Amino acid sequence: MDLGSALWNGLAVFLTLCIFSILYKDNPFYKLAEHLVVGISAGYFAIILYYNGFLPKVWVPVVKEGKFYYLIPTILGIMMWTRFSRKWSWVSRYPIAAYMGIGMGLAIPLTMYAFILTQLSATMQPVGFANAKLINNLLVAVWVLCGLIYFFFSKEHTGAFGWAAKIGIWTLMVGFGAGFGVTVMGRVSILIERFEFLVNYAKALIG
Amino acid sequence: MSFYEKMMTLDRRWVYLCVGIAVAVPLFVPFTVPVSVTPEVRSVYDFVESLKEGDRLFIAIDYDPTVMAELQPMSLTIMRQCFAKGVKLIISALHQNGPGMAEQLVSLVSKEFDKKSGVDYCYLGYKPYPGLTILAMGQNFRIPFPQDYYGVSLDSMPMMQGVRNYDQVKAIIAMEAGWVADSWIRDANGRYKVPVALGVTGVMAADYFQYLPSKQIFGLMGGLKGAAEYESLAKQKERQATGRMKVQTIAHIMVIIFIVIGNVGFFMSKRKK
Repeated sequence: MDLGSALWNGLAVFLTLCIFSILYKDNPFYKLAEHLVVGISAGYFAIILYYNGFLPKVWVPVVKEGKFYYLIPTILGIMMWTRFSRKWSWVSRYPIAAYMGIGMGLAIPLTMYAFILTQLSATMQPVGFANAKLINNLLVAVWVLCGLIYFFFSKEHTGAFGWAAKIGIWTLMVGFGAGFGVTVMGRVSILIERFEFLVNYAKALIG
Repeated sequence: MSFYEKMMTLDRRWVYLCVGIAVAVPLFVPFTVPVSVTPEVRSVYDFVESLKEGDRLFIAIDYDPTVMAELQPMSLTIMRQCFAKGVKLIISALHQNGPGMAEQLVSLVSKEFDKKSGVDYCYLGYKPYPGLTILAMGQNFRIPFPQDYYGVSLDSMPMMQGVRNYDQVKAIIAMEAGWVADSWIRDANGRYKVPVALGVTGVMAADYFQYLPSKQIFGLMGGLKGAAEYESLAKQKERQATGRMKVQTIAHIMVIIFIVIGNVGFFMSKRKK
């Protein structure tokens, strides 16, 4: 390992251990690493935004290419910054309104189609007991219905309705359990990568 | 305090220590664990395997270094598989903290296969507002990305001649660590009907299985396990995720032991009362 890599990776090792130190108790090393991560992320994003947003979408079109209509969204963007002034914050309502209108116009039809209608039609499949696929479709339909019944609070959860709501709760619990399991897997994966990095650095130093 | 109550109130630092040992020790012990392949990962592999030389595939590397552990192995494997087959790649990095990391990844793999930017791959880079960028690329890649990450005009690139939008790519394989996955499903697949497959972190995996039966995605690789499954199919020399699965297995066993300890303590102390 050359000296440059050793120093930079050594810094990464030091900061990794600073983050791990919170597991024992809070301390200045952890705070240092935490503040560094927040600051560097914000600074990195600001530069990325400048080179990938401002320069190609504002500076080059307006100054170099003479496309002055790019000034319209630029002015709307600048108006957003008036949020920070108590006296002028009313100005920001116009670009926010435009942003919300465009966003909703784009998002609502597609969201309805992709996340509600398509999902509904995937739930309404042929059911039966002839093969595994039909049984699976039946179980999906029943569990979705029971889960929705649980969240219907306009009727008391008694009798058959109550039993359906109980099945709904169990369905939700199974879902949460699966979510917890994969979350544990995800977090442990990140820990494994960090430990691998520490071990590989130690091996590279020792040679 | 009874023994069972002590089990429930165990200092969490002992748990951290045990999990830390469970992760560290297997790194030094050589053994492997079998990795069974699920249909949703196999469908991604089979799709990439079916591509021919000259076909174009869109790969979205929409994650940052915090989740590299899970998503980098699958990104590496898929890119190597594509370059080995002569598939041309269009790559984007729509996470604000990811473009530099994605560029390192692209450079690394392209050097291995002696692939040239503009001829064999086009790295577009990052643009803000991923949802709008994805929608705009459905009209024309040049709307959000008139130039690639390196400042080269897309119109001057041999591989981008005749490539206007998603109609000219076979599919999108998106490696996601956040809500941009929803944008690929809603905007790319929902609006433009381009086939989409996802590689997601473990945390997200459970939430995206519902898009498989509705055929909004044709494949799903979830977390480190998904990456290990893909590596076992691709049979490449470097298998990062497969090596980490043995550590994952031991760590999970440790977590299960502590869950059992906590539950035994809970039920036994309840019974005592």
